[in-house]
Amino acid sequence: MNIRALTAAFAATIVLPMGVAKATDLEVTHWWTSGGEAAAVAELAKAFNATGNKWIDGAIAGAGSTARPIMISRITGGDPMGATQFNHGRQAQELVEAGLMRDLTAVAEEGNWKDVIKPASLLDSCTLDGKIYCVPINIHSWQWLWLSNAAFEQAGVPVPKDWHEFVAAAPKLREAGIQPLALGGQAWQSGGLFDTLVLALGGKEVYEAVYVDKDADVAAGSEMAKVFEAAAQAREMAAGSNVQDWNQATNLVITGKAGGQVMGDWAQGEFQIAGQVAGEDYSCLPGLGISPYIATGGDAFYFPVLDDEEKSKAQDVLAQTMLDPKTQVAFNLKKGSLPVRGDVDLTSVNDCMKKGLDIVAKGNALTSTDQALSADSQKQKEDLMTEFFSSTSLSPEDAQKRFADIISSAD
Amino acid sequence: MTGHAPAKRPNQLFRNLNSKIASIPMILIAMGIFLGGSLWTILYSFTNSKLLPRLSFVGLDQYERLWSTSRWIISIQNLAIYGILSLIFSLVIGFLLAALMDQKIRFENAFRTIFLYPFALSFIVTGLVWQWILNPEFGIQGIVRSLGFENFTFDPLYNPDIVIYGILIAGLWQGTGLVMCLMLAGLRGIDEDIWKAARVDGIPMWRTYLFIVIPMMRPVFITTLVIIASGIVKVYDLVVAQTSGGPGNASEVPAKYVYDYMFQAQNLGQGFAASTMMLLTVAIIIIPWAYLEFGGKKRG
Repeated sequence: MNIRALTAAFAATIVLPMGVAKATDLEVTHWWTSGGEAAAVAELAKAFNATGNKWIDGAIAGAGSTARPIMISRITGGDPMGATQFNHGRQAQELVEAGLMRDLTAVAEEGNWKDVIKPASLLDSCTLDGKIYCVPINIHSWQWLWLSNAAFEQAGVPVPKDWHEFVAAAPKLREAGIQPLALGGQAWQSGGLFDTLVLALGGKEVYEAVYVDKDADVAAGSEMAKVFEAAAQAREMAAGSNVQDWNQATNLVITGKAGGQVMGDWAQGEFQIAGQVAGEDYSCLPGLGISPYIATGGDAFYFPVLDDEEKSKAQDVLAQTMLDPKTQVAFNLKKGSLPVRGDVDLTSVNDCMKKGLDIVAKGNALTSTDQALSADSQKQKEDLMTEFFSSTSLSPEDAQKRFADIISSAD
Repeated sequence: MTGHAPAKRPNQLFRNLNSKIASIPMILIAMGIFLGGSLWTILYSFTNSKLLPRLSFVGLDQYERLWSTSRWIISIQNLAIYGILSLIFSLVIGFLLAALMDQKIRFENAFRTIFLYPFALSFIVTGLVWQWILNPEFGIQGIVRSLGFENFTFDPLYNPDIVIYGILIAGLWQGTGLVMCLMLAGLRGIDEDIWKAARVDGIPMWRTYLFIVIPMMRPVFITTLVIIASGIVKVYDLVVAQTSGGPGNASEVPAKYVYDYMFQAQNLGQGFAASTMMLLTVAIIIIPWAYLEFGGKKRG
C-alpha cells in the first residue's frame, strides 16, 4: 500500500463524519433513573430526535447528590457534555459565574420566555446580570402531606384535614400498630420536612425572613420556636420508621403501614405506579392543609460552552424543544411534576396535581430553599436536621440556637 | 583527572546509577502528586473557595467553623472509638486465631481459607451484607424473634448510641483474617528450638507466647499495625454502605465529612480544612513513631 492511498483513506475517515454532521449528537446528563423518570426523559429524547438531531442519554444513577459532583467535575475538567440537569437555583451558580455555561438570552427572547414561564421566579433563578443561562423544565414543590386512607380507617379516626389533626390522631395510630409518620433516614428528607413545617406553621413571612432574607433574629425568635416544637412532635411521630430511601417511606404509606409522609410532589408517581387513586386510597394536603402557599423549585437544564459551532446550534434547538408546549405536557405528565408554562392544556391531571396547579395559578408560589440558600448552607441545615430527627437528646431549644447560627452565617 | 583518582572512593551520587535513574519518575510523581497535592490542599484550606478553588484568604475561618460543627466532632469521636477498638480487637483476635491455628490442628488450610475469605470482599460488599444481617426486620433480630423470643432487640444500626459498634463488627469480620495470616506467618518464623528450650525449662505455654514469642515477633506486629491503622484512617466505604452516616449523624466519619463538604455542599475550603486536619492527625501519630523506629536504629 502506498502512502497516497493511505492518506486518502485517512482523509476519508476525517471528511466522512463532517459530511453527516447535520444530525448533531448531543450528550445530555441527568439523574432521572426511576421508572417514571426514565419514561419522562424518553419523551424529551423523542422530541429532540424529531428535530433531526440525536439525543445521547447520559443518565447517572443515584440521586442528585451522586450525579452533581460527576457533572461538575466533567465541566470544570474540560470535558463538558451538551446539556445537563441541575435543580433550579444556586447549584450551578459558580459555573455560570466562571463563564462555563452558555448565555441563552437570544433563544429566550425569540421564544418569549419571560411571558410564558410561570411562576416568573423560575426564570429569575436562571438569570444572572440580566442574562439567561438555563431552561426551567418542570415545577416541583416540597410542601405535601400524603396520607393513607386505609391506615386511618384501621385506627378508627377520620382522615385528617390538616397537620394539627394529623398530630392529634398520632396516638390512635400508634395504638393500632401503625407508624404515624414515615420518614426516611437520608439527611435531605429531614431537611425538607423541617422546611415544610416552617412554611406551613410559621407562614409566608417567617419562611421568607429566615430563608430569603437570612434574618437570624427571626430564626431565633418565638415564631420559629413554635416550629421547632412542632418538629419535636414530628420526631416522636417518626420514631421507629427504619427506612432509608424516600420511596421506601412512601411505600409504607401506600401499604397502610404508616399514616402519612411529608414529601415532595414526586411521591405522586409512586402512588400512581401502585395503582392508587387520589381521594380514595390516599389523600394529599398541599401546605400540610394549613398554608395556602407552596415553595416551587424544580429541574432546569444548563448548556456548557462548547467550541463546536454545530453543537452550539443543536443546544439552541434543544433549549427550544424543552419549552415547546407539546413536550412540556408529554414530559410532565410522565414525571408527575407541573409544567412551567401557564398556557398548556392539562385536562388529564389528577386531583392532587390540580390542587398544585391552582396554587401556582393564584400566584402563591414562593422561592424554594434550593434557590434561596447556597448548597453549603443547605448541607449544614440538613446535617442539623438529620441529627435532630434521629436522636431525642437534642432539645428543640438547642437545635434552634444552632439553626440560628447557620442562618446568621448563611449565604 | 588526577593521579589520585583510583585511590578515591567512588562518588556516592553515582553509585547504582541505573537504579537511581530508574526511580526518578517515581520520585517526581511522589513529589508532584503527594507532596505537591498536599501542600496545595493546605494552602487552599485557608481560603473561602466554594465550588471552584480561588485564592482569597480568610485566615483560620474554615478551621474555626470546622471545630464548631457538631458533625465533625461526632466524626472524630467515632473515628477514635472505631480506631482504638478495631486496633485492639483485630490484634487480639487475630493473634489468638493464629495461635490456635499454630497448634498443628487438622484441616488448617480449610480454616485459614474460611477466616481469610472475608478479606477478599470489598468494604462495600461487607457493608451491605452486614446491613442485612443487622437489619431488625429480617436480620438477627427478626430470626431470634421468630424463634419465640418476642422481646429480643438487636438493632445496632438503628440506634444512634451504639451504631458505631455495628460498623466495628463488620470491620472486624472483614479485617481479622488478614491479621491472623500475618501473625501466623510470624509464628511460623519462630525457631522450633525456642519452643523446645522453653518446654525444657518448664515454662507454661501462655508465658512462652507472651514473654518470648510476642517480643520476637515485633517486626510482624509493626507491619500489622501499619496496615490496620491505614485502614482505620481511611474508613469510608464501609460506613457509606452500612448506614450512610445514619441514623442522623451518629456514624459519620472524617473522610465522609471531607467528601460531602467538597462535593455535595460545594465548599472546597471547608473540605480542605477537614482533610488537612486528617493529615495532621496522621502526621502526629506517624512522625514520632517513625523517628523512634528508624531514627533510633541509625544512632544505635
